[in-house]
Amino acid sequence: MKRPDLEQALGRLLGPADPEVSCDECFDQLDRYVELELAGKNVDTLVPGLRAHFDGCPACREEHESLRALVGGDQVV
Amino acid sequence: MESVRPRLQLDLPPAADEESRQWLRSLRAEGAQRDDAVARLHDLLLRAARFEVARRRPTLPHLRGGDLDDIALQAADDALVSVLRRLDDFRGASRFTTWVYKFALYEAAVKLRKRSWQGREVPLEPESWTVLSATGLGPDDEVEQTELVQALQDAIAELLTPHQRRVLVALALNGVPIDVLAERLDTTRGALYKTLHDARRKLRKHLEERGFTLDILEEANR
Repeated sequence: MKRPDLEQALGRLLGPADPEVSCDECFDQLDRYVELELAGKNVDTLVPGLRAHFDGCPACREEHESLRALVGGDQVV
Repeated sequence: MESVRPRLQLDLPPAADEESRQWLRSLRAEGAQRDDAVARLHDLLLRAARFEVARRRPTLPHLRGGDLDDIALQAADDALVSVLRRLDDFRGASRFTTWVYKFALYEAAVKLRKRSWQGREVPLEPESWTVLSATGLGPDDEVEQTELVQALQDAIAELLTPHQRRVLVALALNGVPIDVLAERLDTTRGALYKTLHDARRKLRKHLEERGFTLDILEEANR
């Protein structure tokens, strides 16, 4: 397929293929996930289901990116 | 006789590091020690909320600095209530500061999404199917992708419940933020995502049963 916008639209409509956690479970595990991720651990094995959920849920993905940036040392205003 | 153990010791998660345990001790103390800890916690939450506001500021040109400061403060206030209410949920799986940050980031992000959609209509019907048009594909792709797109549109129209269709279209096609839709439909992010998830599973199963290969889409989700 050579239409990135079509691929993305289909991806948003059909979601991730892998098993994923719910938004509530994602929130519960997010702090542990980020610390393991920043420590270089194999986080998707240790905390399964979050990566797929980030692929399917833009809101949880944004909050993951923010927590990783904050804890990872981006400047706090 | 049943032994009586102090609550402070009983409830400290064994896995927590010393700094995190000190936070818990202070927040569960009484009087000035607790007041001081709550004030320090609020400072921490406010800094995290401002961090989130600063990250999103370029996408919010219509909001003034004062509005953004108010949003950060409100997010910190709401996060403080949530953290204090859920203090017993902290099990030491991360540092206490990391655990509390997520509450502030969540509150700030939700408020900013809602503010950016304030006064806008939330489209629940397809605004356009043109993004699903197969035009622009190479000749080798065109037939298969046209069939896939048509099968998907038919499945959305015929297979999903009206609620699943509205949620899928609003979130996945029209780009409505999930927290905005949750507020308009008087429900929660979790409940809406469950609806979205079930709709997606139904569509995937339907397409795979008809022989469509969807592997190529996995990269597009990332």
